[in-house]
Amino acid sequence: MLECTFHLASRYDVRMYWQVAAGGALIGAAAAGLLVLTGKTAGVSGIVDGVIRSEKGEWGWKAAFVLGLIAGGLILRFTMPGTMPTSAPRSLALVAVGGLLVGFGARLSGGCTSGHGICGIGRLSRRGLVGTLIFMAAGMVTVFVLKKLS
Amino acid sequence: MKIAIAFVCGIVFALGLGLAGMLQPAKIIGFLDVTGNWDPALMFVMGPAVGVMLGAWLLRRGKTSPWGSEIPAQGLHHLDVPLYVGAALFGIGWAMAGVCPGPAVTNLAVPSSFTLTALGSMTAGIVLSFLRR
Repeated sequence: MLECTFHLASRYDVRMYWQVAAGGALIGAAAAGLLVLTGKTAGVSGIVDGVIRSEKGEWGWKAAFVLGLIAGGLILRFTMPGTMPTSAPRSLALVAVGGLLVGFGARLSGGCTSGHGICGIGRLSRRGLVGTLIFMAAGMVTVFVLKKLS
Repeated sequence: MKIAIAFVCGIVFALGLGLAGMLQPAKIIGFLDVTGNWDPALMFVMGPAVGVMLGAWLLRRGKTSPWGSEIPAQGLHHLDVPLYVGAALFGIGWAMAGVCPGPAVTNLAVPSSFTLTALGSMTAGIVLSFLRR
């Protein structure tokens, strides 16, 4: 417990916490805005899925959301470049296998971090809560195993 | 109008991801590294995000949205094997690649071997899931 408190204190200053929490609030505001104004769910894996399949009646807003994400990324790139990734966390082979599992797993379970984690839990979905707990637990075990292997 | 709203929400969503540090794979892997130097930041992202979402939903659930379909009155509650297996695979991949779908798309703004590999393989995984239908 003491050690944990020490880590928290040593790695974060107050501004950092505010920035992270403000980012979370913006994500929530975007998902809430889409829900309240259009009745749609801001689950990114489902949105990308609909764009690829050119889903009837849904393609337009889903493609617009994807373009918005990229436009937001460009705004960040030129105003806050420090927020963008600069290097791969692992070998590209591991990233490729991981990406494949992310895409496939999200569609199999019907949601990802945004769909299950934010939109699902945010409307008190048992499905969203269980999905989120499972992918967080699986991710924690995987990080542990990869550390042991390396 | 719906298209304009979705575009603006996409921009705000991406800005939120950036401010929250979620575009950095190191932050994701740090959060999942509970046996090491655990980084709790993701909790401080999820908390406000879910809070804002929940507040909006509780106020407007079951009502008709101005530019689209009805706002769902209920969450989804059924649990099944595809949920368990899919979420587990997702979690494993998330820990390997350090990105989930939102950041994978947003990172297209900075094309690199890493961001393109992550987005390309995630898209391939989504296409692969079509085989099940």
